[in-house]
Amino acid sequence: MTAVSAQAQQKDRRRLRIHDAAIGDRIYEIATTLCALVVPALVIAIALAVFAAAWPAFAKLGLSIVTSSNWEVGAGQFGAAPAIYGTLVSSAVALIIATPLAIGVAIFLSEFSPLWLRQPIGFLVDLLAAVPSVVYGLWGIFVLVPMLRATVMPFLRDRLHLGSTPFFSGPAYGPSMLAAGVVLAIMALPYISAVSREVLMAVPRSQREAALALGATRWEMIRDAVIPYAKSGIIGGIMLGLGRALGETMAVTMVIGNRPEISASLFAPGYTMASLIANEFSEATNDLHLSALMAVGAILFIITLIVNAVARWLVWQVSRGRVSP
Amino acid sequence: MAGLAGLAGTGVAVKTLRGRHWVSGAMIGTTYLAAVLATLPLLLILWHLLKKGASSLSLAFFTNMPQPVGEAGGGMANAIVGTLTLIGIACVIGLPIGIGAGIYLAEKRTTPIAQTVRFLSDVLNGLPSIVMGIFAWEFLVRPVGHFSALAGGAALGAMMIPLVTRTSEEMLRVVPVSLREAALALGYPRWRTSISIVLRTALAGIATGALVAVARIAGETAPLLFTAFGNQFWSTSLREPIAALPLQIFTYAISPYDEWHAQAWAGALVLISIVLVISLAARFATRSRFGAPVD
Repeated sequence: MTAVSAQAQQKDRRRLRIHDAAIGDRIYEIATTLCALVVPALVIAIALAVFAAAWPAFAKLGLSIVTSSNWEVGAGQFGAAPAIYGTLVSSAVALIIATPLAIGVAIFLSEFSPLWLRQPIGFLVDLLAAVPSVVYGLWGIFVLVPMLRATVMPFLRDRLHLGSTPFFSGPAYGPSMLAAGVVLAIMALPYISAVSREVLMAVPRSQREAALALGATRWEMIRDAVIPYAKSGIIGGIMLGLGRALGETMAVTMVIGNRPEISASLFAPGYTMASLIANEFSEATNDLHLSALMAVGAILFIITLIVNAVARWLVWQVSRGRVSP
Repeated sequence: MAGLAGLAGTGVAVKTLRGRHWVSGAMIGTTYLAAVLATLPLLLILWHLLKKGASSLSLAFFTNMPQPVGEAGGGMANAIVGTLTLIGIACVIGLPIGIGAGIYLAEKRTTPIAQTVRFLSDVLNGLPSIVMGIFAWEFLVRPVGHFSALAGGAALGAMMIPLVTRTSEEMLRVVPVSLREAALALGYPRWRTSISIVLRTALAGIATGALVAVARIAGETAPLLFTAFGNQFWSTSLREPIAALPLQIFTYAISPYDEWHAQAWAGALVLISIVLVISLAARFATRSRFGAPVD
């Protein structure tokens, strides 16, 4: 074997190896790109599936699905207004309860907590997000609802004399909009507090020091220098919690009472879009009924999609630092 | 310092210093109270689960099949196996795609496609699980004409994808660029650099993300109503409806029978134990790898 041919052979081999690498890189790039493209494909496929299933009902019933409050399967009437109302009201109640608590915890953890408490409390609050919704539902049925009926509802109505307002009047049933709101508040809390904590931690130290140097008390520092800086991120966190609450199914189904009526009183049973679908799906008698349920799903899909998109956008603005304080 | 301009505007100067410190102390106290109130529900739930669930928990619960009302010794063996099966299918679908997408996002960072994928996976993350159920039902149950374990696993797998994508991306981003550069400088092709250097360095973190995702889907019920549907009998066939722990808990909880309620509590205790163990494992996996998270 001459030196020249050996050299040529080696050169060949090296070219071959580089060629291999190029092919490997190509395959690798295509594979990861395909994986990434699954995500948008999934969003499109979900939208297609939901609207395809909902189309017959939209075509036949039109807007009456949203506007009518008459849901009678036998008569072919499918007005989901009470469910839409229930979804919005139970989520609103949840946010009213959860927001101050969640922001309170977030401020505690980011500003005041002793170091040794920070980890465990943060972890306990985060764990709330890991509890399965059916477990919340079970606890709701057998612990929370009896407690609300026996003590909280009479206390609100009679002791605090809120019974004269339409929101806290009427008999205390137990399974009710209030019960759903409380369960949803517990479920939304970890999401709101996690995002709030994150954006509060992202506020520059100099912001705090400047406030303190100007003579602010620790609370004034939070109120005037930290919260304004983190505001849109916190709002994003609240909207993420809202997204969770709007779409939550099992826990709500188990405690809300499932009655398709619009009642101003939070003590009365109600219905939500998700629980309507979950309850009636397996008993759907005909194609129109099934399609009407899917139409409710489609409305839920659109609402949560918008809420989530806005929430993410708000959080991103803060974490990227595009918002001027 | 637009925020500080508020200091003057709120009329703080009028109040006495002592008053301002009093307000400050009260508000700080309120945040302590919020912390106590926020941790209370979890402790209450765990306490009630232990109190009501532990008494119905026995070996028979894990080995026996569900019994009709009035017959003693019922268990949830089929539901436990069903849940494990569903998690398995979900992982087969969700993990490779999620990690692949995570690699893509970590490497492409700011390209328009990466930005879009990142945004959409965050949005997907927040979609109600019941919508995921409708999706799987429309594509995997309706055309076939019957419920199946496969459809249930696919719905859960689809829920895992955005979660795994984002956690993998974050873990891969933490890997120092110098490691990648060193490998490339040694003549490694890009794909081998990614797999045997970057991916391997981030493996513990990615595993954590996978565990968190599994903990999230293990307790999902709503999508299974449309897909796995539940099964009172022993079945491990992927083409048949399959039992699942959350579904069984739901059915028993809304039934009117006390014995079934007791079973539901026991089932919930098992389910939350699974979820908590996975969550704790995830937490300690990251901690030992990267040290305590920095505040």
